[in-house]
Amino acid sequence: MMRAMTTVSSPSSHNSLTGSAATPRNRWRMLKDRLARRGVAVGGIGVIIAIVLIFFYLLYVVFPLFVPASSEKIASYPLPGTGETMVLDIEEQSGMAVRYTSEGQAIFFATRDGGIKETLSLVPEGRRITSQARAIAGSPLLGLGLDDGRVVIARHGFKVGYAEDTEVLTRTLTPTIDYPYGKEPLELLPQGAPVAHLSMRDSEDQLLLAAVTGNGQVVLGRFTKQTSFLSEEITLERDLVVIDGLDISPDYLLLGTDLRRLYVASRDGTLLHYDINGTPRQLERLQLLGRGEQLSSLRMLVGGISLLAGSTTGKVVQWFPVRDEHNNHHLTRVREFALAGQPITAIASEERRKGFLVGDEQGRVGLYHSTAERKLLVEQVADTPIVQITNAPRSDTFMVEDSAGRLHFWRVHNEHPEISWSALWGKVHYEGYSEPAHIWQSSSASNDFEPKFSLTPLAFGTLKAAFYAMLIAVPLAILGAIFTAYFMAPRMRKAVKPTIEIMEALPTVILGFLAGLWLAPVLETHMPGVFAMLLVLPLGILAFAYAWHRLPRGLRNRVPDGWEAALLIPVVIALVWLSFEVSLPLERALFDGDMRAWLHNELGISYDQRNSMVVGLAMGFAVIPTIFSIAEDAIFSVPRHLTFGSLALGATPWQTMMRVVILTASPGIFSAIMIGVGRAVGETMIVLMATGNTPVMDFSIFQGMRTLSANIAVEMPESEVASTHYRVLFLAALVLFIFTFFFNTLAELVRQRLRRKYSSL
Amino acid sequence: MFSDLKQWFGSGKPWVWLNAGAVSISIVMVAALLILIGIRGLGHFWAKPIMEADYLEPDGSISRLVGEIHEREVVPREQIQDPTLELPEGTDTVARLLVKTGNRDTVGLDFRWALEARLQQMRYPEKLMAIERYEWGNFYGYLKEVRQDGTLVASGDEAWQALQPLIERAGELRAQIKKIEQDDIGAINYQIEKLRLAERRLELDGVAAGSREHQAIAEERQVLQNRYQGYQARLRELYQQIGRDSLTGVVMDGQEVDMPLSVVVRAYRPNEMGLFDKIGFYIAKLWEFVSDDPREANTEGGIFPAIFGTVMMVILMSIFVTPFGVIAAVYLREYARQGPLTRVIRIAVNNLAGVPSIVYGVFGLGFFVYFLGGNIDQLFFPEALPAPTYGTGGLFWASLTLAILTLPVVIVATEEGLSRIPSSIREGSLALGATKAETLWRTVLPMSSPAMMTGLILAVARAAGEVAPLMLVGVVKLAPSLPLDSNAPFLHLDRKFMHLGFHIYDVGFQSPNVEAARPLVYATALLLVLVIVMLNLAAIAIRNHLREKYRALEQ
Repeated sequence: MMRAMTTVSSPSSHNSLTGSAATPRNRWRMLKDRLARRGVAVGGIGVIIAIVLIFFYLLYVVFPLFVPASSEKIASYPLPGTGETMVLDIEEQSGMAVRYTSEGQAIFFATRDGGIKETLSLVPEGRRITSQARAIAGSPLLGLGLDDGRVVIARHGFKVGYAEDTEVLTRTLTPTIDYPYGKEPLELLPQGAPVAHLSMRDSEDQLLLAAVTGNGQVVLGRFTKQTSFLSEEITLERDLVVIDGLDISPDYLLLGTDLRRLYVASRDGTLLHYDINGTPRQLERLQLLGRGEQLSSLRMLVGGISLLAGSTTGKVVQWFPVRDEHNNHHLTRVREFALAGQPITAIASEERRKGFLVGDEQGRVGLYHSTAERKLLVEQVADTPIVQITNAPRSDTFMVEDSAGRLHFWRVHNEHPEISWSALWGKVHYEGYSEPAHIWQSSSASNDFEPKFSLTPLAFGTLKAAFYAMLIAVPLAILGAIFTAYFMAPRMRKAVKPTIEIMEALPTVILGFLAGLWLAPVLETHMPGVFAMLLVLPLGILAFAYAWHRLPRGLRNRVPDGWEAALLIPVVIALVWLSFEVSLPLERALFDGDMRAWLHNELGISYDQRNSMVVGLAMGFAVIPTIFSIAEDAIFSVPRHLTFGSLALGATPWQTMMRVVILTASPGIFSAIMIGVGRAVGETMIVLMATGNTPVMDFSIFQGMRTLSANIAVEMPESEVASTHYRVLFLAALVLFIFTFFFNTLAELVRQRLRRKYSSL
Repeated sequence: MFSDLKQWFGSGKPWVWLNAGAVSISIVMVAALLILIGIRGLGHFWAKPIMEADYLEPDGSISRLVGEIHEREVVPREQIQDPTLELPEGTDTVARLLVKTGNRDTVGLDFRWALEARLQQMRYPEKLMAIERYEWGNFYGYLKEVRQDGTLVASGDEAWQALQPLIERAGELRAQIKKIEQDDIGAINYQIEKLRLAERRLELDGVAAGSREHQAIAEERQVLQNRYQGYQARLRELYQQIGRDSLTGVVMDGQEVDMPLSVVVRAYRPNEMGLFDKIGFYIAKLWEFVSDDPREANTEGGIFPAIFGTVMMVILMSIFVTPFGVIAAVYLREYARQGPLTRVIRIAVNNLAGVPSIVYGVFGLGFFVYFLGGNIDQLFFPEALPAPTYGTGGLFWASLTLAILTLPVVIVATEEGLSRIPSSIREGSLALGATKAETLWRTVLPMSSPAMMTGLILAVARAAGEVAPLMLVGVVKLAPSLPLDSNAPFLHLDRKFMHLGFHIYDVGFQSPNVEAARPLVYATALLLVLVIVMLNLAAIAIRNHLREKYRALEQ
């Protein structure tokens, strides 16, 4: 492009100087000319690139959302230490891991090479660990069931220090084990039977343990915490309940995080759902898997609500309790994930997201995300069946133990598993909801929160706001433009056009403020009057026009043609005043004196004070001038000879208008509306201030909405840089950008074609 | 008659009238909006009379109600939950008044709805006094006595005479305190912070503690500390002086309230003010509004920092946007080869003006603040980390964001100006031997300068009213210090700032006491509208002037 431009413009400058002597002054002038050309070209292209940069920067931020997950192997080594692995856990930054063995040892080792850093013994001399449980997924608080019916509650930790012996700070980790409820094991099972299938939940005021005895009974131990005032020491008060008479073999036990639910499942896929708030009570009995499938693994997703059932056919089925209309909870099959047809042998939930890792009998590992229904990754990690799988708290590494006694340590790049097409736009069945829904709820205080990133309610709100705004703006702007361009006296037009231009320049924050604080209460108290106005205004104008038409000619001719609009201003004011005056009597006569209450009681419509009507009026006001100017321009520049011809052939001005002018100018009017839509879609402050900003999917005119732009304005300052939430907000901005850019370009192309058409006419 | 009506409809006239009606409605809407803002905004500063009335409570008792009437509305009877209200036969509507009763410290709420029918013997005693305060909002009531150091100076009618000079004295002392706290101690704090950063910098650079540089810093800090102690002593003295006087007032329920004069902004008796007094009061309030700092969570006082922030931001934005916009336009119109590519670029630039402003805000936050700002901090301000210097929203990034936002406006306007210059002028200049650059610089650009002015004015008008992107890149509800002050380097581009538009949003919607803040928001809105309307009128005038000029040239 630079080259092209140089060749074009060089002849002119050379021509002017060729004859003259190459004096130093001329050389200097030539140099200046060249410098100016270069400078302007560089500057100009730079500015244009800077503008284009906006689009690419948005894209650059959004892009990682759609990058598939990847992984690579870091190391593989034989199991450090001896014995059977009960628990594997990796430290926050994946530098060290811990392995609890059946021999009662916690072996801390470096993840890089498996070198043992420290071995700590956890259990009384001569006892073995037969079962383990975690308080919540990823929590370092563990329950270790012993072979004598007792349980050790232990917590491992990695104390981070910084060694300053060298130039650079190096991070050092010191493994620790502590016993929050004392080192002495808690008695759980009577008769000293080995603890099997231990499950544990820990809350503010109690510790809940469940385990299976040797003869197939389930024992539930509720330990109420008592903190002594003086020493702040915690003592536990035990309360045991035995559930017997089970008709299935209790192969899996799981407790819900709310401490009110117990799930007992057998290998054939039968699950019993108990309410354990008080005396245990069986709520339901169901089949987790289909025919011919056996349960091979059962785990909870982070948060302790969803169950993940792994089958012998390589499927993982997600279930969670759903509340029905009688307020009863039923476990419901929500979705399923498939690995490779081989039995699932291990499942591990991510600690801070609703993702999980699955290992199967052929050494494959799959990575999934439940809410987004995504299979993110499948890797062949080992050659033999996987027996243990765990991932780091940050979910950036995972570790697998195979049946051949080797550990495999892998790195995962999986920043944004929450995002998929269905999670963004489709209905998703979220935990705790009774049915799939479109929900935007991006953040919450708790760590195991399921983020709900559905852009659908926001896009819906955006379109709804734009729709109501256009409902007000299009008729007023287009009709007004027709009159101004075609019928209005030139002197009046000279005053009207700048007025409308000033209307366009009014800051939207002022419109929004007036809409929220002045218009919304006014509309609320005068609702019947506002609806009456829809009828009163056009009829009143027509009545006035007819009365004017019937006036004696002498009187009528005092006001020349083209001043009708000025004449109507007092009429409009009077009509509006009239509408507001009849509001109260109307409300008394038709709605028992309170239209809001009437709407609610008779029609079941709830009324928000800051609703779509307010937004429609305020944003309509903001959009009118945009549409008006462009449409007026298009109509005004329809070549005069077309209208003269039509009039000369005997058509009335109105017929000429409808059949000739509007038809010719219709592309211009169309592009005016498109640009208006673009403006309404992107408007932020008005919707931010004039609606309640609740992301609902309701088209009611009496309800508010939350738009994409308002959502960005509200949530962007709080979102963490480079988090999924941050990138989704960028995606919302990109959607807005593309949407408005598309509509504007369309409008611009139409207008350009129209201009060419006019010039050819 | 009927056939006449039919004929009338046949002529299409009614539709023309309806079209005219659309124009009228639009004009009425604009006018109504401006008038609404004007009346509410300007009315805020007028001294309203204070009403006193007996209020018949629903339980039959009678209490006294004192305050300013702010609003009156008429509602259907049914919406009032008040079974004991007795209304004359045949009335089905009830009027209710929003009364500003003030005295938030004794009553708890400073606004109250009162049914007009329950008000008896409304009167406007001349002795009723309003006091504007630095905390707890307005006080309404009677002045009982004035005290100095706890001893009675005057009571009853003389108290009012004695009060005014004492308030003036307190005001002067407060000005001194403010000067010391903000200017002098503020400067010391600023320098101490700079020393801390310098010290940190030395640490980062590996200069050992106890070195000469460290000692120099320590000495300098000691000097500053000493000066600080001096100011502290002076402040203590001033605070003691300002706390000397107090007054006792009686509020509507007969309770006596003591208040030190240090919290009093001004005391006045609106009911005895004449017209000229009121005008004087009005001017004083207006001046306070544009020149003072806000107080009471922005719901009272002035908006000077917001005006200042807006102006600073707009000036910086103009400095950024003008050269780049003009260069891009000159390139597109004068240098680039006109073809499909320039057409595409032109459409794209044109359409960028229609891209929602919040998108620019998102871009500004991501690219300028986090990316550029973050890197600048790493490179140039490592001593302040982890506290960001440029890695957070501030004046610089806000101006730059708005410059990008308004760039299309300037480009389009300048290009239009360039295209209006007849080519004969360029050709004439070239024919006389001027180079292209000289032609541009000497003839084309000066001739198109009004167009650039128009573009710039429109850009400024848009920037002044834009709020959404600013919310992401550096506007705050209350900035501790102005971006321009007497501490070198004087202009602090990294500081956060206040903005008129954001002030409207924040005070109107985020304020805990919306009712009290509302008049101030109207006044702020009025100011913003006035600025923007004037800028736009200027742009329109320049544009019209320009058209006339070139029409003459073309002939």
